Amino acid sequence: MEFPDGLRYTQTHEWAKRTGNRVRVGITEYAQHEISDVVFVELPKSNLAAMKAKAIAVVESVKAAFDIYAPVSGTVVDTNKSLESDPSLVNKDPYGRGWFYEIEMSDSTEWGSLLTAEQYQAQCTTTH
Amino acid sequence: MTATLKRLPLHELHAQAGAHFGHFGEWEVPLYFSSILEEHDTVRSRVGLFDISHMGEFLLGGREAKKFLDHLLPRRMDRLADGKALYAPLLNENGGIVDDLIVYQLRADQFLLIVNAANIDKDFAWIRERLSAAVELENVSETQCLFSLQGPQAAPVAEAVFRCDFSGLRYYRCLLLKTDWGEVLVSRTGYTGEDGFEVMAEMSRAEFLWRALSEAGKNWNLKPIGFGARDTLRLEAGMLLYGQDMDDSTLAVEAGLEWAVDWEKDRFIGRDRNVREKKEGAPRRLVGFEMIERGIPRHGCPIEKAGGSLGEVTSGSFAPTLKKNIGLGYVACSESRVGNEIEIVIRNQKIKARITPLPFYKRASYGIS
Repeated sequence: MEFPDGLRYTQTHEWAKRTGNRVRVGITEYAQHEISDVVFVELPKSNLAAMKAKAIAVVESVKAAFDIYAPVSGTVVDTNKSLESDPSLVNKDPYGRGWFYEIEMSDSTEWGSLLTAEQYQAQCTTTH
Repeated sequence: MTATLKRLPLHELHAQAGAHFGHFGEWEVPLYFSSILEEHDTVRSRVGLFDISHMGEFLLGGREAKKFLDHLLPRRMDRLADGKALYAPLLNENGGIVDDLIVYQLRADQFLLIVNAANIDKDFAWIRERLSAAVELENVSETQCLFSLQGPQAAPVAEAVFRCDFSGLRYYRCLLLKTDWGEVLVSRTGYTGEDGFEVMAEMSRAEFLWRALSEAGKNWNLKPIGFGARDTLRLEAGMLLYGQDMDDSTLAVEAGLEWAVDWEKDRFIGRDRNVREKKEGAPRRLVGFEMIERGIPRHGCPIEKAGGSLGEVTSGSFAPTLKKNIGLGYVACSESRVGNEIEIVIRNQKIKARITPLPFYKRASYGIS
């Protein structure tokens, strides 16, 4: 299972990748494996005001729906529309083509509170 | 309070095979082994093996047994003969559904009832209270295992295992076989919309039989199938799940089970109310629908039209074979026509759907009738 070093993570299994003030968000390989076959994704609307730790997207397996939380506060500036036609990208390439949305951070100090790869991996191995 | 979940007798074997477990009522059962989508496709295109030993089995016997069943169930028991089976709702005096079951005639005075796991105690008490003289009821759920072999390649696998020609075994027929695994009841039944068999044997032979079926199936790429795919397969086939799509307060006519009632019978438990509602038109009716807009309907989602409430979704899912989002639910009879556009409320949003004919999925070739 992969926990890429350059990313930050949440306890709720999102990954975050920062470029300047922009943060791209997806769900981790661990999360997609636990959810199993992703058959539906509901993306946030562009320009949505996102609050850290609030649910702003949904991912659904055959059996159930799961909330996707914003790792940081800010404004949604982009979403990955290709997930609407091919939600299985979340399973196939969780850290690449399976990304969900991008947020323009409103408070860059929040970035520091996210988990490192090492911390997140430790969380996954203790809960598993 | 944490109730201890019941487990299948072959739980450990399934765990070793990589099963991911989930809850089904009071049971902890394999949800999937590889993935629900893969397993669903395995059953539609090849053959899959299900462990459904959670289900209940009752033996009902005696000189008056058939006559008793004719009163207990809304089906005409003269349709049955040795080796024949019937699907039937078990109705209460108000016309509601206590359970749905399959009754098999093993001999003229010996019948097998296969009932839903969650209803074993309820059904047993219900039937026992109404037993007439010269009828005996025995709950053999704990001593019998039940496996289901389903898919277009189910017949060759069954024939390889039991070294028997099943081409003459038609839908809803059964055979008692003397096998290496003791006496085994093989019936041409299932809950997937595919051809297939359900196989009942003594619990003590369960592991040997499961291994033999798995081994014989290798030539046809047989896979074990979990309860996740069981649910998507039955939903596509338009089959109801007791406790979800119907319960004690649902009338047979509301649930679309008119076909499983022999209306010409003048006496059976639950008759009067169902006959009346059939004539006058029940206020609500089970319908199938598919989503027009994006969204997966789930159990409990409200169904609306033009701001008014029509009813509720009872089952809903992504349909892997149809590649659509589909569901079952109850709506006011006046709005139940095929083609009618309705709205499913998902996460507080109204999403458009359309009522469709049932079943959603019908297999193309009917090799047997």
